[in-house]
Amino acid sequence: MFGDQFVTAAAITASVLFILSLGGLSGQESAKRAVWYGIVGMALAVFFTMFGPGIGNYAFLLIAMVVGAVIGTVVAKRVEMTEMPQLVAALHSFVGLAAVFVGLNAEMERLRVIRKLADAGIDACEGAISAIACATQAGQADLFKEFQGFAYKVATKIPSEIAFLKVEVVLGIFIGAVTFTGSVIAFGKLAGKVDGKPFQLPGGHMLNAAAAFACLLLAVVYLAYGGMWPLVLIMLLSFFIGYHLIMGIGGADMPVVVSMLNSYSGWAAAAIGFTLSNDLLIVTGALVGSSGAILSYIMCKAMNRAFVSVILGGFGGASGPQMEVEGEQIAIDADGVAAALDEADSVIIVPGYGMAVAQAQNAVSELTKRLRGKGKEVRFAIHPVAGRLPGHMNVLLAEAKVPYDIVMEMDEINDDFPDTDVVIVIGSNDIVNPAAQDDPNSPIAGMPVLEVWKAKQVFVSKRGQGTGYSGIENPLFYKENTRMFYGDAKQSLEALLQKIS
Amino acid sequence: MKIGTPKEVYEGEARVAMTPDSAQALQKLGYECAIESGAGALAGFTDAAYEEAGVEVIKTAATLWKNCDIIAKVRQPNDTEMKRLREGQTLISFFNPAGNEKGLEAAKKKGANVIAMEMVPRISRAQKMDALSSMANIAGYRAVIEAGNNYGRFFTGQITAAGKVPPAKVLVVGAGVAGLAAIGAATSLGAITYAFDVRPEVAEQVESMGAEFVYLDFEEEQQDGAASGGYASVSSPEFREAQLAKFRELAPEMDIVITTALIPNREAPELWTEDMVASMKRGSVIVDLAAEKGGNCKLTVMDEKIVTDNGVTIIGYTDFPSRMASQSSSLYATNIRHMMTDLTPEKDGQINHNMEDDVIRGATVTYDHEITWPPPPPKVQAIAAQKKEKPKELTPEEKRAQEVAAFKAQTKSQVTLLLIGGALMALLGLVAPPSFMQHFIVFVLSCFIGFQVIWNVSHSLHTPLMAVTNAISGIIVLGAVLQIGSSNGLVVFLSTIAVLVATINIVGGFLVTRRMLAMFQKS
Repeated sequence: MFGDQFVTAAAITASVLFILSLGGLSGQESAKRAVWYGIVGMALAVFFTMFGPGIGNYAFLLIAMVVGAVIGTVVAKRVEMTEMPQLVAALHSFVGLAAVFVGLNAEMERLRVIRKLADAGIDACEGAISAIACATQAGQADLFKEFQGFAYKVATKIPSEIAFLKVEVVLGIFIGAVTFTGSVIAFGKLAGKVDGKPFQLPGGHMLNAAAAFACLLLAVVYLAYGGMWPLVLIMLLSFFIGYHLIMGIGGADMPVVVSMLNSYSGWAAAAIGFTLSNDLLIVTGALVGSSGAILSYIMCKAMNRAFVSVILGGFGGASGPQMEVEGEQIAIDADGVAAALDEADSVIIVPGYGMAVAQAQNAVSELTKRLRGKGKEVRFAIHPVAGRLPGHMNVLLAEAKVPYDIVMEMDEINDDFPDTDVVIVIGSNDIVNPAAQDDPNSPIAGMPVLEVWKAKQVFVSKRGQGTGYSGIENPLFYKENTRMFYGDAKQSLEALLQKIS
Repeated sequence: MKIGTPKEVYEGEARVAMTPDSAQALQKLGYECAIESGAGALAGFTDAAYEEAGVEVIKTAATLWKNCDIIAKVRQPNDTEMKRLREGQTLISFFNPAGNEKGLEAAKKKGANVIAMEMVPRISRAQKMDALSSMANIAGYRAVIEAGNNYGRFFTGQITAAGKVPPAKVLVVGAGVAGLAAIGAATSLGAITYAFDVRPEVAEQVESMGAEFVYLDFEEEQQDGAASGGYASVSSPEFREAQLAKFRELAPEMDIVITTALIPNREAPELWTEDMVASMKRGSVIVDLAAEKGGNCKLTVMDEKIVTDNGVTIIGYTDFPSRMASQSSSLYATNIRHMMTDLTPEKDGQINHNMEDDVIRGATVTYDHEITWPPPPPKVQAIAAQKKEKPKELTPEEKRAQEVAAFKAQTKSQVTLLLIGGALMALLGLVAPPSFMQHFIVFVLSCFIGFQVIWNVSHSLHTPLMAVTNAISGIIVLGAVLQIGSSNGLVVFLSTIAVLVATINIVGGFLVTRRMLAMFQKS
């Protein structure tokens, strides 16, 4: 067995490795190495903690780990890249659930320590001292000898530390529970198992506020008197908040929701780290928490919306009538698109969630390959909120073997549209809406968008004439240089591929 | 219903209003198509080709006019044709309603509905049926070809063993549809092309076609083309003087001048005066596309080519589209076909003459025993109005002041935040036990490191980032591991579950990240 010093050493190493692992994601090639840092760090941390002081019940531990590892492996191998958003959401829910359980356990252990003291007939101690010191004072120094691990640690805490422990437990349970149900709902929405439209119980956000207030009251009760029932109630109320909050948010806002939950899962881990006085948990939780927070910030910025307004659902009220859209949508068939592509020298493809839904990424990749084979410049323009997960489109294109060096971010490519012959928009809508720039009354006014309409010709692959997620009419579809290529993205592209050799 | 196209009777007119291609499209709309025998011959479409496309070939014009419900033709109908018109028949053609009162009256009396192709309003939606534009496009192109035919030199500059050839200099006056087409043709032949227009907003279009826009040194409230439906209007005498002075300056250098300046419903303005012609080099060519309205050059003779005493060729043809009959018939037939598409919203072969529709209303000159010309102004403006105000340029001092102010504001907000943060820390330190504060330092520093590190993560790797943070947030397994040794059954149970789900997280997260990263490949 390893002593405390070994466990701490392992924790330091693991912290450094985790930081390197995140830092390595700054480039595609270094990322491939970075993920190994993460794996090694995790292995070190788990191994040394497992065989550190005060750990028991190895049978349960090993069985749980093996089963978990098998499930994890199977899931990781089987998941389709289009299902990544739901997988990430599901994994968040696990962290939340684990945090809730660890929090509840902490309180049960604390109660056990108090009960033990009471059973031994020790009612009061002199001064603010720990349970062990108290027992020693009463002449029963061996009282907590049989306690192991966390329970023993609780017994060594002085009353002010116990008070903080309680705060941390409440926080851990609250954040963990919100993360758990929120992630489950996000998973359901992303997987199509729950209706993607915003849904709220009567009362709306007042219900959430009431529940949060009740949690606060219960927390005060718990801090004053302790006991399991306020904690369980807090847990249930938090479950409700997580459920109701995420139910009220629509499908296209999921990138923000998922990164927010990512952040929460980190804060939950950090709170538990405080509870357990474990620095590694604190470090990791803080890293994950800030990562998720930054991602949420980037997503909100890309939609030009305040974080609060995304989370509370709905778009900001328009300040006046929206500009009327003039003209008509002109349809085109595969022959027309093929002819235009044949003449074009530079092509930019703008993928969106519709491409993922139609599983069209392989057809897109094939099209790219053929066009590049003819010596044409083909690039991809990715808006930060395209898809249902930050970076979702990049992963899909990578899976379909589109080289990453032709996949550009919005800022890199936005100035190149005027010099582009053909833009193909596949399954995106709001992120290419010129109203964001032209119409100050549009609900998405000021949102940074890809300026595809500046290209010589734009083809929009779209299922029908409907509006996008935001319900806003898209003037792009009515522009003179836009042609609508109606139909399922995958079928349309396959029809197009037959015309392009 | 049946659509018929007679042979054009105007002398020298080679175009035809229906092609086999357009007939096929019309049949998809539910119409039957008919054509007079030999109508397409001059444009290169044989009767056999029409028959193959399912078009009924009718021997005489009289039978065709009698049998068809809709007549589509090119030129304004002559008296004989007007007589053949009958009650309820729809005629789609150029009609010149402004100068054809007799024809309007006749059509009104007969009760025929006449759609005049030149009256199609200039709005985006109607561009596909704007025959004036499609014909002007051809005229512009052909003007360059005619000029080249009469110009004894290359357009493009060359350096050959036999000597250096300078490129031709072409000036296009009036950058409307015809002017732009001429610019396009001239630049692609290799000429150095200059263009002028009274509407400064077209400068961008001209430059995008590869020509140089000729600017005047003239300070005036420039006219806004949007107010006059995208057409030019009459300019002030001072402006005209400035313009002529510029042309006089350019005239000796130019090898080819193509004038396309027209003002709706007026005689063409004189822009290329006799003294300019006199100052041009021998062998130069002027193509006057405004010849029909009197010409932009007073020396122009309509429908003729003349050579002046100083050897300048002036071409005043008015039948440029007809000189490219095959091309212009295709485009005109397509314009007609689009008009029919708008007239047949149900695609059932029945005309729905919707007088509420801006385009149909605008183009209809007689309807149901009424003369409906001139139409009310369309509800939609042809081109966007010019943006009136530009944001004011800031002086360097103002910019500097702004930067300083921004810097100060930033400093202020940062210092405030730090002070608040510091105060909160102090408060926390008052109540918290030392062991907590030690962990808290770790927490705050980790947050900072997290922020620094994550900002550098490439946007394209955000999904792997989420997966990997997911995996490492599975570190919460340590919490459960620390508790699983408890002697309380429930604690052990909950810990076991926590270990299980956290392990799924760790293993699943790392493996899926590896899988994703392996997919990213460079080309």
